[in-house]
Amino acid sequence: MRTSNLATKVINIPVVKAESQSTNEFIKGLWQQNPIFVQVLGMCPTLAVTNSAVNAFVMGVATLFVLLMSNIMVSSLRTFIPRQVRIATYVLIIATFVTVVDYLIQAFSLEVHKALGAFISLIVVNCLILGRAEAFASRNTVNKSIQDALGMGLGFTLALLSLGIIREVLGQGSLFTIQVMPDNFEHWIILLLPGGGFFTLGLLLIVFNWIQQRQNRRIAGKDHE
Amino acid sequence: MNTQARTGNRVVYLKMYRSLVGVGTLCGIIIVLVYQFTAPIIRENKDIALEHSIFKILPNAATKKSYYFSDTGNFMISESTGQTDVIYAAYDDRQQLVGFAIPAQGMGYQDTIELLYAYEPITQTIIGMVVLQSRETPGLGSRIEDDPAFFRNFEALDVSLNANQTELKNRLETVKPRKKAELWQIDSITGATISSNAVGNILQQSTSHWLPTIKQHYEDFEFGH
Repeated sequence: MRTSNLATKVINIPVVKAESQSTNEFIKGLWQQNPIFVQVLGMCPTLAVTNSAVNAFVMGVATLFVLLMSNIMVSSLRTFIPRQVRIATYVLIIATFVTVVDYLIQAFSLEVHKALGAFISLIVVNCLILGRAEAFASRNTVNKSIQDALGMGLGFTLALLSLGIIREVLGQGSLFTIQVMPDNFEHWIILLLPGGGFFTLGLLLIVFNWIQQRQNRRIAGKDHE
Repeated sequence: MNTQARTGNRVVYLKMYRSLVGVGTLCGIIIVLVYQFTAPIIRENKDIALEHSIFKILPNAATKKSYYFSDTGNFMISESTGQTDVIYAAYDDRQQLVGFAIPAQGMGYQDTIELLYAYEPITQTIIGMVVLQSRETPGLGSRIEDDPAFFRNFEALDVSLNANQTELKNRLETVKPRKKAELWQIDSITGATISSNAVGNILQQSTSHWLPTIKQHYEDFEFGH
């Protein structure tokens, strides 16, 4: 009886560890290593297309899709791709999925495709995607790479969405094109302009860092106790 | 030793070729499959957007018919949806011809610009223009799609024909911002000179091709012809 209990414990420990590791891979992209608020990556679409919540959401989902698919492919082929040509191969893979997402958005809505303009094609040069392929997917299993892509992609989407919501609500008085502010609300036009994107991002970075510092202090305090 | 090194190099090169060709082929297949799936949906979306654009630039129109210039030297009604080199004749409620919507395209700063302009034969002017597709630089060249001052150029742009009805009386000319002095001149956009020049050139080429032909075969467009 004692032997079987011990055996269960021995078997269970790695399972629990593996589960928590994969949860960490997912969570880190949402918070500790958020691509926008911590790593400050992909600033070009972040500032340019977040003038409305719909644009921000579609750009976020498009990036998530490309990140997920390229991570899966890079991780699956990691033993097949020699180091000398890895970057060229990763760019080829990323460009393929950007083309795919470009066609899908055109099929979904031409209006959204027109609003996002050249920024869909520019996902190819988003350093977040190439960065995750090189730093993570090429060294980890497919399962872990999926967790990483989902976490990073969702973190990116949520950050874009938070910017898009603030800018649309204050700049146009609407949210997802539905009016949410009273008729006499004076629109903050500046928030719809590129400068407004910088202001909003700056404010969100302050709030994000403040929350994180508070958390760190609390953890440090608990460690002292 | 040399032979060994050469064999080793050959193996590395072979692996590199295998990787690039293999991944390239796989990526090609993915793109073709997605294209095959999305192409009919995108075409349908584009047809809807085109129809919407025609009635936007020709607000007095109630119906439209598409025509192509046949080998027999006449304008014929185009039945197929995928036909290129088509122009659209627009009619009001009383089935009177109110104008033409003419698609045109040409090279912009980065890629092909596709646009649609409205031609009013009675006044011999362009009375509206809309950019259907462009990949100009976001924030600069992309302003040809939504700059209100630029669009004012196309409210009554003179494209009258010479006495022989064979070519434009005055060549369309793109001038520096706010320097427009003549009815056939187009004010360019500051910071988007190449893109606005491209629009001017596209219109010049298209009008000099279509307008004399339309004039000579005007009776082809009578309702019910």
